[in-house]
Amino acid sequence: MRQAQLKITTAGDRDLVMTREFDAPRRLVFDAHTKPELVRRWLLGPPGWSLPVCEMDVRVGGKYRWVWRHDTNGTEMGMGGVYREVKAPERLVSTEKFDEAWYPGESLNTLVLVEHAGRTTLTQTMRYESREAREAVIKSGMEKGVSASYDRLDDVLAATAPATPR
Amino acid sequence: MHATHRLDAVFAALADPTRRAIIARLASGQASVTELARPFAMSQPAISKHLKVLERAGLISRGREAQRRPRRLEAKRLAEADRWLERYRRLWEGNYRRLDALLDVLKTQGKERTPR
Repeated sequence: MRQAQLKITTAGDRDLVMTREFDAPRRLVFDAHTKPELVRRWLLGPPGWSLPVCEMDVRVGGKYRWVWRHDTNGTEMGMGGVYREVKAPERLVSTEKFDEAWYPGESLNTLVLVEHAGRTTLTQTMRYESREAREAVIKSGMEKGVSASYDRLDDVLAATAPATPR
Repeated sequence: MHATHRLDAVFAALADPTRRAIIARLASGQASVTELARPFAMSQPAISKHLKVLERAGLISRGREAQRRPRRLEAKRLAEADRWLERYRRLWEGNYRRLDALLDVLKTQGKERTPR
């Protein structure tokens, strides 16, 4: 199987774009993004974090809320938003705002799934309110978002990262 | 230029494959514009344009030798951009590896339920 590679780039003035391929039909990838019982099995962030709150009302105008918690120090990080477009199994548009946002406004996230020969290419675009907001995300990104525990996590990640992925 | 603008310029600069190739070349030592243009099917002015973008992003600088003005890599700037993207990439790669595993489970379950 080809090595799946995650690509992250900037596009235009306000967008961050992630692309990655999955060895599964897009119906399953879409389910994994829209069914809370599936989302909480993978959207966990760095090691040591869990997603104890995972509420999702997946329909246009419906809300979602996720809260991550650090297993040992109890730090919590919450975010949520509203679904703007729900077009199974190919497109999901939602707003996103962290409880303690370190950048102005919210982002508009667009998930696009394209299937080819049983494989799915995922494109996740995060559009920020302004060039400045995206810069704030790029500049201080997860450092402020995940706060103090992140530096320690770096060590943990470095220690546990496999030498050859998969 | 404001620091955050510059980091943004770094990402814009690195989005182009020719500029990434120039960076890769400079990683093995400084080079003149002529030397940098050689491997590309591109005019020298076209290469100079790319170099200007890289220079404005703070990714390369010019040496002092009057004639050659060799370009060299500003590794610190590159490392700064890399550090953030690497963290972000690592976070999402972790998530997506778990998603790979979950999708495998879902595929198997799907087959069990609807045998072909």
